[in-house]
Amino acid sequence: MKTVRSAPQPGMPRPTTSAMIASIAAEGQKTKPAPFGHALVELARSRPDVVGMTADLGKYTDLHIFAKEFPDRYYQMGMAEQLLFGAASGLAAEGFMPFATTYAVFASRRAYDFIHQTIAEEDRNVKIVCALPGLTSGYGPSHQAAEDLALFRAMPNMTVIDPCDAHEIEQLVPGIAAHQGPVYMRLLRGQVPVVLDEYDYKFELGKAKLIRDGKDVLIISSGIMTMRALEALQTLKNDRVDAAVLHVPTIKPLDAETILREAGKSGRLVVVAENHTTIGGLGEAIAALLMRSGVHPPFRQIALPDEFLDAGALPTLHDRYGISTAEVARQIKLWL
Amino acid sequence: METLTNTPKLADRAYNIRRNALRMGEVQGQGYIAQALDISDVLAVAYFHTMRYRPEDPSWEERDRFLLSNGHYAIALYAALIEAGIVPEEELETYGSDESRLPMSGMASYTPGMEMSGGSLGLGLSIAVGIGLGLKRKKSEARVYTLFSDGELDEGSVWEAIQSAGHYKLDNLIGIVDVNNQQADGPSTQVMAFEPLVEKLQAFGWFVQRIDGNDLDAVVAAFDAAKSHPAPKPRMIIADTLMGKGVPFLEQREKNHFIRVEQHEWQLALAALEAGRQA
Repeated sequence: MKTVRSAPQPGMPRPTTSAMIASIAAEGQKTKPAPFGHALVELARSRPDVVGMTADLGKYTDLHIFAKEFPDRYYQMGMAEQLLFGAASGLAAEGFMPFATTYAVFASRRAYDFIHQTIAEEDRNVKIVCALPGLTSGYGPSHQAAEDLALFRAMPNMTVIDPCDAHEIEQLVPGIAAHQGPVYMRLLRGQVPVVLDEYDYKFELGKAKLIRDGKDVLIISSGIMTMRALEALQTLKNDRVDAAVLHVPTIKPLDAETILREAGKSGRLVVVAENHTTIGGLGEAIAALLMRSGVHPPFRQIALPDEFLDAGALPTLHDRYGISTAEVARQIKLWL
Repeated sequence: METLTNTPKLADRAYNIRRNALRMGEVQGQGYIAQALDISDVLAVAYFHTMRYRPEDPSWEERDRFLLSNGHYAIALYAALIEAGIVPEEELETYGSDESRLPMSGMASYTPGMEMSGGSLGLGLSIAVGIGLGLKRKKSEARVYTLFSDGELDEGSVWEAIQSAGHYKLDNLIGIVDVNNQQADGPSTQVMAFEPLVEKLQAFGWFVQRIDGNDLDAVVAAFDAAKSHPAPKPRMIIADTLMGKGVPFLEQREKNHFIRVEQHEWQLALAALEAGRQA
């Protein structure tokens, strides 16, 4: 039964902000504005088949950049996500390549059947681009898409992407356009951290990339958790823990070859870190892959709990649910 | 491309579509046959008077698109596609069988001439909005027709699509709603009151006609008016139909979403259809 929370006691720490839109960039971190919007404009200059569509979230998915540049190739479908994806299927049927944007919760939870039947089943070339993936909003469960990867992984024909930063988003926009078929892409919008440029990283659809090598622990991660893992390296190093980071932006299809090669190297703890519930995301996908393949390293998961998450400030919540940089380092040290 | 304008020929087409549907029903001993019989006149006019297509090239770029939103009417559309020469008649005997291209619920990936995967109701008009927008982007003269059922009016997404088609002034979109007043749990108007439908659709910015969907002359006139109407509005034909039309004992059978037909009755139904044609 639902119970109402107790009121905060005097002297308890004041909550900061539980705003819907919160930046995931740390204070002073290098960022780029609207990398998706700018990359899509760039793509659309050479691809006349590209159209942009949204359900009243153009400004909040960086699609307004595209809308400003190509107003006649931009379709505002109103706050109607089922229509958005049905109509995207129709435009794809006529040979166009819609980039359809909304929040991850609405694509995965509200419009699932429309995406399943009109896009995935018919293998339509629609790119579904969704802001606020996982726990990137402090607004509460209505806007926290903790289960989006599990839902879209389970859908046949769907390619699923969880990018780390602005550098990767810029590369994957042309990358997914070159792929014929439906794609679900998690979006980081607004001022987006730039991290992977310092690691000579290049996005390739379906490829996991070893960003850093190390002998004690292998962190396999996607999305912002790769950024967290890289940030945690210094703390771990101070404690004489040598960690490798394998970035897996393509959640489906999984790069089994690279994952098995790295996880199969003996003597390393394998930790899968994801901005997603423990159920059905990258962690369970890799656990199943390892089991099926007879590769049995010590295995741990850093992921969101199977519960409705709190509203609150993102740094508070990331600490609370174990996906902050400090928590990543702390948990790994505990397991070694 | 076939265009026949004289109504007697259309009556033959409608008869053949009904006959094809009954023959498929007999193969499986089941099917949404009452719906197929009620919509055969609309399909006859759509495929033999109104739409542009090439039977030998179902994905011809300039064809009119026909979306079957109510996927359970697939038996009716297959009957029309067979009559139109898009699906070979001999495949009729495979209806609903393993490996058949004619599954009981219509799916785009199975059947030539099937433009969408239905089954889950309320999808068609949203897809049609996208196709309508896409055809306009391409400056195509083609139109998109979408058949759906009165029960689908319960789905909120249908109204999302209706509202957006008005917003985008999709005059290349022609919707046909089959009002046979029967859905899974009973009479549609009792399951969820959807009237007054004409006024509702007009208020959403549509050009609306309401006709007897089993009166071929009225169906022809409605499709003609839907095509020629000058206003930049999407067009809706509300077709009131009689379930089981053309087979008197099925017309009179207690109304059900899924009418039960005994094995020996399929031949009786074919005979009754034939008798009605000669009368």
